[in-house]
Amino acid sequence: MVSIEDYGQFETAWCPGCGNHSILEALKRGLVDSGLEPYQILLVSGIGQAAKTVHYLKANVFNGLHGRAVPVASGAKLANQDLKVIVASGDGCNYGEGGNHFLAALRRNIDLTMIVHNNQVYGLTKGQASPTTQEGFVTKAQPEGVASLPFNPIAVAVAMQASFVARGFSGMIDHLAGLIKEALAHEGFALIDVLQPCVSFNKVNTFAWYKQRCYKLPEEYDPTDWQAAMQRAMEWGDRIPLGIIYRNQRPTFESRHSVLKQGPLVRGKTDLKKLEKIMDKFS
Amino acid sequence: MESKEINLLIGGEAGQGLVTIGELLAKSLVRSGYFIVVTQSYHSRIRGGHNTYAIRASGKKIVAPREAVDLLVALNPETVALHKSEISAGGLTIVDTAFKTTSDKCLQVPYLELGEKQFSNVVALGVVSFLLGLELEMVGKALDDAFGKKAPEIAEKNMQILQESYRWCSHQGVNFSKLAPASDIRRRLLMNGNEAIAMGALSAGVKFCSFYPMTPATSIALNLAAQASTMGLVVEQAEDEIAAINMAIGASFAGAPSIVPTSGGGFALMTEGVSLAGMSETPLVIVVAQRPGPATGLPTRTEQADLELVLHSGHGEFPRAIFSPGTVEECFWLTRKAFEVAAKSQGPVFILTDQFLADSARAIEPFDLEGLETVRVGIVEDSADLPYFRYPIYESGISPRLLPGMGKHLVVAGGDEHPIDGHLTEDLSVRKFMVEKRLRKEEEIVAEVVPPEIQGDEKPDLLLVTWGTTKGAILEAAAKLRNDSTRVGTLHFSQVWPLVPQQFLEVLQDAGEVVCVEGNAFGQLARLIRRETGFNFHRRVLRYDGLPITPEYILRALERS
Repeated sequence: MVSIEDYGQFETAWCPGCGNHSILEALKRGLVDSGLEPYQILLVSGIGQAAKTVHYLKANVFNGLHGRAVPVASGAKLANQDLKVIVASGDGCNYGEGGNHFLAALRRNIDLTMIVHNNQVYGLTKGQASPTTQEGFVTKAQPEGVASLPFNPIAVAVAMQASFVARGFSGMIDHLAGLIKEALAHEGFALIDVLQPCVSFNKVNTFAWYKQRCYKLPEEYDPTDWQAAMQRAMEWGDRIPLGIIYRNQRPTFESRHSVLKQGPLVRGKTDLKKLEKIMDKFS
Repeated sequence: MESKEINLLIGGEAGQGLVTIGELLAKSLVRSGYFIVVTQSYHSRIRGGHNTYAIRASGKKIVAPREAVDLLVALNPETVALHKSEISAGGLTIVDTAFKTTSDKCLQVPYLELGEKQFSNVVALGVVSFLLGLELEMVGKALDDAFGKKAPEIAEKNMQILQESYRWCSHQGVNFSKLAPASDIRRRLLMNGNEAIAMGALSAGVKFCSFYPMTPATSIALNLAAQASTMGLVVEQAEDEIAAINMAIGASFAGAPSIVPTSGGGFALMTEGVSLAGMSETPLVIVVAQRPGPATGLPTRTEQADLELVLHSGHGEFPRAIFSPGTVEECFWLTRKAFEVAAKSQGPVFILTDQFLADSARAIEPFDLEGLETVRVGIVEDSADLPYFRYPIYESGISPRLLPGMGKHLVVAGGDEHPIDGHLTEDLSVRKFMVEKRLRKEEEIVAEVVPPEIQGDEKPDLLLVTWGTTKGAILEAAAKLRNDSTRVGTLHFSQVWPLVPQQFLEVLQDAGEVVCVEGNAFGQLARLIRRETGFNFHRRVLRYDGLPITPEYILRALERS
């Protein structure tokens, strides 16, 4: 039986009080509760404070370029679908630099779990606006306040009928661990947008700010009801819903692919007799 | 009278079916035992414009295109106007009677009498087949192979019109010398450069291809996609080139030998990924099918101007290999080699080709697959000693590579500087060791370098040097010059990086006049050789008008100065 100790303890480079500590804790718990051992998973990240998460627990790891975690994770999953592949990176990495990959991942529905640490600000580069920063937020890079509308990842994912769309909060570790377990069990692309405070650079969306607003979706809420999900997805401000906002049973990319249906590519052999026949067609 | 060779050019608008005519003729010629060199030139549009499909055919081995046209098949009046100056002595133009062209070197074909408008390309096929001296049955079989399965009534009609047009032409008493029968008839394949790259990749055991469509690279991915279910690989059209290269890096990290085909602009987007492959030590084969830049340039034409881009692509320092095939056969073998070198050196390896070779179909001997090995990526091992570290330092610089999920070991890799365990480090002494470890891998690449091919006279008066797809042009130009009692040699680089001066510097120094022939304006290979060896080329023959370098082009350039 796998235990949380199997995932190790590492010294981190994060500020005390950063939401990343709690997300890391919830991730480990979600993995243990899923009965997954470190060698069975692959963690993929990009660049940012959140992207360092993958270095703070035992697992297979690929820490790539800023914004490009999703393509790397997609390629790795297609090569070896026996791996549980998890993307862990921030709002800037996944929604900004990697925005096009996020949209494509929603459409492709490869069986990945994408955990977005969303603190609505850039931490690693010291406090510039992120795609989810709220309007009017003043930074050294946006001295007159952010003029752009914040990106709503939940609404975009629901609108695209992504197969699993959830929101968590770093201040509710048990709840978040439960979401991660559900996402890992889900077959298909699973987004968990995790709200978290940035103690150094976001003095507006603080722990207390989120704590006051976040509420768990009621028991009777039906995440398969797309219209209801769209309504919840647009809810932001005084009240912010947490939980599985939308899910469906769309077939995964892998399940539709004639080659992948037969097993992982990485275990596939090359039959040169077949190639001989293919080449005959050129004569 | 019979001709030793014929250069045929079909011209018309996109959508007139000229490629279909060209491909059926090419197939029939190859099956009849002829050697061919196809040159395609087209506008960046699906309908209209002016496109050409040229076939140079000969009973003897030929390796380059030729400019003078013996048989011009004009599917529209514009083609006559654009190409009449290229017609050789004894050449003939085939026109539609409806064009009302007046010239005694024209064969007026009553297209609409021989077949309805939608069959006019079959009429042209029948007429040209007769003039070339092809057997009707041979062309009929090629037509049937291509369209026989589609709709039986159309296939039947095709065949009828082909026969009528062929016979019609046979009764015209046209004064045109058909091809002398081929002497060395044997089974050959009709294949272009991009098809050979795809076949080479399949033979090497490629399992993953991600790409974003871009001329002239797209057909590599399409050829792989057509065989994906048979050969067991995944070909995925990515959302952009950045995704394409990062997907391939992910797939390769997890153990699938991966290829990424693209062209200049798309490759420019990929360069951060190239650097990631270098840092994370992930094997990756990248094909850059060149076309003229900068920016969008001439999207459907040819050029050899991305050598410097590929050589310097990706920030930071890491080893790489760059292959530059000169023939369809080299496309196949060097793609295999690229996979081997990528797996061995654990990093990015490039194949530089271009639109000319990508689209240039040739008659080639079938590849012997007997005993060929597929690449082994990573050591698939269930019982590695734990803990496993991805980047331990050895003399060769190469660290044994295990695959994630294929055992209880953990594989940690990435783009940040790392100690042997693959996690982040800011320890600057580790940094120094790791830079040196990565760079030492170049020695492994150097040990595998394909030496440049030296041909012709030893210690020649004139040495023609080139790389990549211009190979055939220097070989044929050299042969022509040699007839004029000059000692002529050639040197062709099918691998342009790393350069190993011991393999060629003496040859350069021993020659009288050394000329670098390249399809770009800078003379990029000449500059690179000077940088690496100090050798200064005496002359450069450069071309950058979007067309491939021909033997005639070289001869003209040499005469001029």
